[in-house]
Parts: sequence; structure tokens; C-alpha cells
Amino acid sequence: MTVSRPSAPMLAAIAAVPALLLAGFAWAGGWIGPARIGGGTIANALEYNAGKHDGYRRAHAKGVCVTGTFDASGGAATLSRAGVFVRGRYPVIGRFSTGGGNPFATDGRNVFHAMALQLTGPDGQVWRMAMDHTPIFPVATLDAFIALQRASRPDPATGKPDPALMKAYLAQHPETKVYQDYIAAAPLPDSFANGTYYSINAFRFIDRAGASHAVRWAFEPEAAFGALDKAKLADLPADYLFTDLGARLAKGPLRWRMTVTVAAPGDVTNDATAAWPAGRQKVGAGTLTLSAAEPEETGACRDITFDPTILPDGVALSDDPLLPARSAAYSSSFQRRALETPGPSAVGRVLAGKETR
Amino acid sequence: MPGRFHPAIRLLHWTMALLVLAMLFIGIAMVSTAGPAYASLLALHRPIGIAILLLAVLRLAIRFRTGAPPLPADLPRAQQRAAHASHILLYLAMIGMPLIGWAMLSAGGYPVRLSAAWVLPPILPQDLLAYGVLRQAHTLVAFAFFALILGHLSIALVHGFVRRDGVLETMLFGKTVTDEAPPMDEAGPPSAEVVEEGTEEPAP
Repeated sequence: MTVSRPSAPMLAAIAAVPALLLAGFAWAGGWIGPARIGGGTIANALEYNAGKHDGYRRAHAKGVCVTGTFDASGGAATLSRAGVFVRGRYPVIGRFSTGGGNPFATDGRNVFHAMALQLTGPDGQVWRMAMDHTPIFPVATLDAFIALQRASRPDPATGKPDPALMKAYLAQHPETKVYQDYIAAAPLPDSFANGTYYSINAFRFIDRAGASHAVRWAFEPEAAFGALDKAKLADLPADYLFTDLGARLAKGPLRWRMTVTVAAPGDVTNDATAAWPAGRQKVGAGTLTLSAAEPEETGACRDITFDPTILPDGVALSDDPLLPARSAAYSSSFQRRALETPGPSAVGRVLAGKETR
Repeated sequence: MPGRFHPAIRLLHWTMALLVLAMLFIGIAMVSTAGPAYASLLALHRPIGIAILLLAVLRLAIRFRTGAPPLPADLPRAQQRAAHASHILLYLAMIGMPLIGWAMLSAGGYPVRLSAAWVLPPILPQDLLAYGVLRQAHTLVAFAFFALILGHLSIALVHGFVRRDGVLETMLFGKTVTDEAPPMDEAGPPSAEVVEEGTEEPAP
């Protein structure tokens, strides 16, 4: 057969089809158009702040694995149809950590103490939580989070953030000042065991009828509260909190009661810097019992990510913009460290040191 | 020899073309943002991926049973071979991409949640390094897949509007088969289907 010589407009029209698709793809991927903040941007900001520590989580790098159970009382089953709220006992793996990106930072810092959990319901559905010991978060938005990471980067010379940068940041973000005032005044728990851990973000519980309830939750400790002396934080042994946790678990299990707080109409669900007013309905959901700790080298917590948007049926995201941001950031951090060789954990190092002694 | 692909293949081809393109755009947009769209796109990505996997397996089975119309005999051998190879690659990508995604989530310890109450089992044991490698592969294969699709589309358009050799029509519906150029193999007799379609063409 003969091929007639194609006209230039015809060739241009044919070339335009893949060219348009390619342009659309570049737009969808954020290579053209306004700069976009993705999970990688957040991971970069965290690395900028804390330095890059290959093989470790980009935030809450210092941690230890724990295992235990959750005994659902059935109390929250009216709010959520999640299997894990049906009266019964369900397996839990978790991780205690301190804030920041340095896996060997000293525990004597006035930073987040965090508890991450994975609850597995009777239907096999998993629920991951990443909670902190403060009821509020320093920022409400993704942009503010990145700006804060940049402004609060410790100056290598002084070890402290540049006051001028922080001042400029705080002028733009008074909500962070609220948090700073809170954490400066609030007592800092002297153990992972006696901290209350908060969901930080609001979520939605979906009940059996399909109705949605805006909630936050907290795990309240059975152990008596004790506070660290903030004036003497620098004198604290580097792994104080982790050593304390191991010692307490060696004596017996630790318990927390999970309490769900139900929002009243009008309570904002998209601002993690603002606590809900007192007097909200509270519902007991059950008891968390943690019975053993293991270093990350052998524990089950290192090779998963405690992405708080991994939810079972019956729990759903709220409109809090930090939730997708956390998911994207955790995913980037996870991908990066997965391709780097995981290094030893602080607890693992201490244990290894003890064995050779 | 049939003049066109089996109608089921044609239907699947165009349905999947939309799904696969949507999926590539969703995937690349998803990883570009940490905004509210991230969660929504992620929720779409997994069920569409599994739908593509099922449709691709179905399509491959039908394709094996019903065959493909021959390429024009005057098409150079090298081009025939390239066409053949590119179609194998397209099938591999259609089946491979969802499997890589599923395997990657399995290795990363993520639940493969398709809908509120529907979670797929893992297809790989949990392994951090495997997760990292598969996640990277998922991205790289996506770019290769998109490049392959752009090439496939461009060449299909060249067949349809430059060569006018009936190759594009083998995947189309309706009675657009060229009446000026006899489709397919000149050596063989025109198939009954084509003749019939020609005679049914309404007079202008």
C-alpha cells in the first residue's frame, strides 16, 4: 500500500495529542505550575532541622518497641462500629519515642514524649495511632509545620535556634506561642509510663447507623504522675526514659485507660493547636496493657510506619489538614529509611553494651 | 482472520485506557502533595489499581482465545517486532503495576484497604528493604508505562491518519473502517466482516 504524504497540520495534530498528555502529567505531578508541598518536602524540612540520620525515622527517631493488649470495654461501641471497640481483648504493638530527628539525643529535653500504637481488631483490621503527651500541637497547618522546622533549626554553633528567625516565625504564627507557653508551664512526665497520650488531631467515629461523631481521644496512665525537674534536664542520663521503661516493665505490665472525647456542635476539628473546651462528653473505650519492651532491632515496631491515617472501618479522617500531611510525611520518611540500612537504636546499643560487660 | 479485535477486547481496551491514564495521573499527583487531596487520591488509587489488575487478567485471557488481527503485510519486519514487543510490555505493565503496588504495601506492613470494610491479604512477607525497592520500582515502572502509552498512542494515530492502513480501526467501534484502503493483509481475501460493513455504509 502507498502512504500518502501527511500534511504538516496533520502531523502537528498527531504530535499535539501526546504532548498535551505529557503536559497534563507534568502538571499533575507538580513539575509545572506553582510549587507544591509533598511528603518529601516535609521530610526535607525535618532533615534540615535535625540533620540527616540515615536509616532512622525523620521524626521521633529515638524509640523502643512494646507489645501488649487492648481490652475493649464496649463503651465506645455506640460511637464507632470499629471491631476493636467490641468488648474483647485485642493484640497491640507499639513504640515509645521522644521528639526530634536524632536517634541518640538525650532524654533530658523538654520535647514530645510519644506513644504509637497498632491495634488489631477481631476482623483483622488495623488501627495505627501516633500520639504525643501534649493535648495540643504547635501548628495547625502544613505550611506552618515546615516554616517551624526551618525557623527552629538549632544553630550548630550554639545548639539553639536563631532567636531572630524564631521571632519572625512567631510573629506570623501566634498559635505556636500558645503551644510554647503550654509546654514551658506544663510538668514534663518523668516516665513514659505516667504520661497521658493524646490523639492530637480530631477524627470521626462512624457508628453502626452510619452517623459520624467528631472525637479526640487520650490514653490516661494508671501509674502515678511524677515530673522531671526542668531545671536539671541537662543532668539526666541520656537514655533515662528508655531505661526507666524497661525497669518498670520488668516489674509488671503498665496500663492506660482510653478515653474518647466527643465534640460538641461547633467545636473545630481542623485545628490541632486548639483544645476543645472542658465539659465535653467523655466515653471510656477500654484499657491498654503493655507488658514487654524490645529494642527496635528485634521488635515489631521499627519496620512499619505509625501513619495515623491507617484506620479501621468505623474510624475516619476529620478535616484536619495535618492528617494527610502526616500520612504523606511518614510515607516519605518510611521510603527513605527503607532504602538506607537501619542503624542500631539507642536502647539496642545500651543493651549490647550491657551484654559485653 | 478477523478484521478487528474481539468486541470484548475493544471494550476492555478503552475502559482500561481511561482507568490506566487516570491511575497514572492520580499516582503522580498523590505523591506530589501532602494536602487534603493526598488522602482522597490514595483512597482512589488502591481500588482502581486492583480493578485494573482484574480487568487486565480478564483481557489477557480473552486476547489469548480470540487473537489479534494481523498487522499490514507492508509494515517492515522490525516495526512488526517492535509492535509485538511493545504490546507485551503494555500487558506486563498493566498486570505488573498493581502487583508491585500490592507487594510493596505488603512488604511495608500496610493494610491493603480497598474500601471501608474490604482489606486484601498481603502477598509478600513484611520486609523493610523490599518495601523500599518495590516503592521505587512502582514509580520507575509508572514512568516507563506512561512513556509506553504515549508511544502507543502516537503510533496508533500515525496508523490511523498518516498510513491509513486500518490498524487504528482494529481497536475502534462503529463503521469507520476505511473504504478507500483495504485493511490488513493485501494478500488474503478481505474478511466477510469488512465486506459486510462496507456494504452497510449508508450512502452519503
